[in-house]
Amino acid sequence: MTTTAPRPAPAGATTTSEKLLEVEAIQKYFPGRRSGIAGQKGNPIRAVDGVSFSLAAGETLGLVGESGCGKSTTGRAVSKLIEPTGGTIRFEGRDLTKLSPRQMRPMRRQMQMIFQDPYSSLNPRHTIGTIVGSPFRIQGEKPKAGVKRTVQDLMARVGLNPEHYNRYPHEFSGGQRQRIGIARALALQPKLIVCDEPVSALDVSVQAQVVNLLEDLQQEFGLAYVFIAHDLSVVRHISDRVAVMYLGKIMEITDRDALYERPMHPYTHALLSAVPIPDPAIESRRERILLTGDLPSPSDPPSGCVFHTRCPKFKNELSDSERDHCRTVEPVLEDKRPGQSVYCHFPQVRSDLIDGAPAAAGAAGESPIRTTRPRVA
Amino acid sequence: MTDTQAPPVRTPESNDEALLRVEDLRVHFPTGDGLVKSVDGLSFSLRRGEILGIVGESGSGKSVTSQAILGLHKGSKARVSGSIWFEGTDLVAASEHEMRAFRGDQMAMIFQDPLSAMHPFFKIGDQIAEAYLVHNKVSKRDARQRTIEMLQKVGIPNAAGRYDDYPHQLSGGMRQRAMIAMALICRPKLLIADEPTTALDVTVQAQILELIKDLRDELDSAVILITHDLGVVAETCDQVVVMYGGQAVEQGSVAELFAQPEMPYTWGLLASMPRMDRVRSTRLMPIPGSPPSLINVPNGCVFNPRCRFSDRVPGRKCFTEHPELSPTTGSASPLAVHEVRCHIPAEERQQILLTEIRPTL
Repeated sequence: MTTTAPRPAPAGATTTSEKLLEVEAIQKYFPGRRSGIAGQKGNPIRAVDGVSFSLAAGETLGLVGESGCGKSTTGRAVSKLIEPTGGTIRFEGRDLTKLSPRQMRPMRRQMQMIFQDPYSSLNPRHTIGTIVGSPFRIQGEKPKAGVKRTVQDLMARVGLNPEHYNRYPHEFSGGQRQRIGIARALALQPKLIVCDEPVSALDVSVQAQVVNLLEDLQQEFGLAYVFIAHDLSVVRHISDRVAVMYLGKIMEITDRDALYERPMHPYTHALLSAVPIPDPAIESRRERILLTGDLPSPSDPPSGCVFHTRCPKFKNELSDSERDHCRTVEPVLEDKRPGQSVYCHFPQVRSDLIDGAPAAAGAAGESPIRTTRPRVA
Repeated sequence: MTDTQAPPVRTPESNDEALLRVEDLRVHFPTGDGLVKSVDGLSFSLRRGEILGIVGESGSGKSVTSQAILGLHKGSKARVSGSIWFEGTDLVAASEHEMRAFRGDQMAMIFQDPLSAMHPFFKIGDQIAEAYLVHNKVSKRDARQRTIEMLQKVGIPNAAGRYDDYPHQLSGGMRQRAMIAMALICRPKLLIADEPTTALDVTVQAQILELIKDLRDELDSAVILITHDLGVVAETCDQVVVMYGGQAVEQGSVAELFAQPEMPYTWGLLASMPRMDRVRSTRLMPIPGSPPSLINVPNGCVFNPRCRFSDRVPGRKCFTEHPELSPTTGSASPLAVHEVRCHIPAEERQQILLTEIRPTL
């Protein structure tokens, strides 16, 4: 196991499709809060409500959305850290939802996870050697070169000094701790790593180091990533495809370039328009779509399209009969253009949101102090 | 820059007087390991109606600077020197008693984490009204009325009903709004926002930044926005100070600095950021190494251990001589101030930017 390098395209005996991971309509409902003394259960909280996507070996799927949209819960349900309420997860053709915890254990070598906060995901009383070596212990795996040697190789691979084998997590900086988490995830040579906000807590230059490391490891080991993040710039950089989530559902899922250059869902439009770009010249001509109101409660989602309560298009552009349609009929996530699935009754391609189309410049209310200067190319 | 007649960043009612002038500010903390030079010779000034961004990585001294302006180091072991002129008063020399009159009234602060900045046991309305009651002789009823107006102004729906809520009952964005209401209730002339949107979602961040800009326009306040996000600076600020190792390494107007960044550290920041508006042709280029120790600050230029270009400077000047912050020659507009702390000759810097840095961004 440890000597054979895992390759992309596994095509094992049981595999019927080339997809590494196929998630179909998974749901995760958490029990609602009990109300009153009668002890009646409230509505369940629909953290994830019918999410489907697939992932090929060596591919990166970005999962973006605001906090509370269910992206982390999706990541955890996919790796079965929490039991999904419904739906199926096929990993190399095997349905993980039907497996008992005991049957699941060998599968866990194939899928690992990296967490946001590298400090709370590392046991402060264990040395780095113990932490990175724990997957071998848990899986009863005896690497040929010995655990210590293998762990030190892993540490070197992720850019840690192997001599720091006996140090404790608090002796490392945030970026180094994230490398420890990555080394641990790599130990058993998985095919899939679910990365939950792996670079969100890091300074930009450290963030760049970790992003580069993740890309190198993907190249080298043919890893597939589910990359959960709220930073749309990082996601654009690292992903092959991107899914945008809102209130437990996927709003839009498509290729990276299509999502950023030709987004169709009004929520995607709002998200993209909200990210500031480090160029004042571009910033001054961009339109900013501000969403009003707060995220609705996932225990009591709106009828019809879950986004209609905050949808700028619903509010400003649609006719009354069209609005009725949004309020009563829930859209289906389906292809509106080839390879671009959108959960919306009235999708529309917009390509002016990132660069600010010249036509739109000066249209919307811009801040009066902004000095709009032509940019020298 | 081709555009020479760009207006100066802002002329607030022909009032050219700086509201805040920080001169050679130093904040040093004596510790068992040695003297930590968190801020070491920082100067900038700010007029009413302007937004100044301070950017830098963790440990660059951004937050310590803002705390010094508010006088929060008084009574601690910190050694603060230099001067901070605020409307004719030197805040460094001011007593704690004098500071109290300023704080919350003339100057106020918004923190990154509103949950830990608010007291969990008290109603948000009462916490907001407190500052108003301290600084103004008004009845509690008036203060309540004023608080509700502020809550409305920052966009909290059903403000009167929200007055009696506790901090945990508000969402992150609403809590941040409540804290902005708290900071602005006395119509401060200076607002310091320390990473006000870092913990928020982009959609909420956009709302909060818009709100800060609107309130700045309405109150004609000056704002210091501390952030690590150059995107936020480009969107919101008029002026920017890039800090590294407790010093300003580059500062100037936002339009200037983004059009013509000249300090290798600023290049490093830009090159390590993924961009949402385009796909990079190259990998991200992180700045090698790690931030300097603030106890044993490198000799010469603070950035020299991580700088890729120190071999472009004749001799070993980068390692021996501390560069001064000096005006760049690249800026065409005489009104635009743009200073950089770097030994690389100006033409060479512009050449490097053009041929080696730009193509990789």
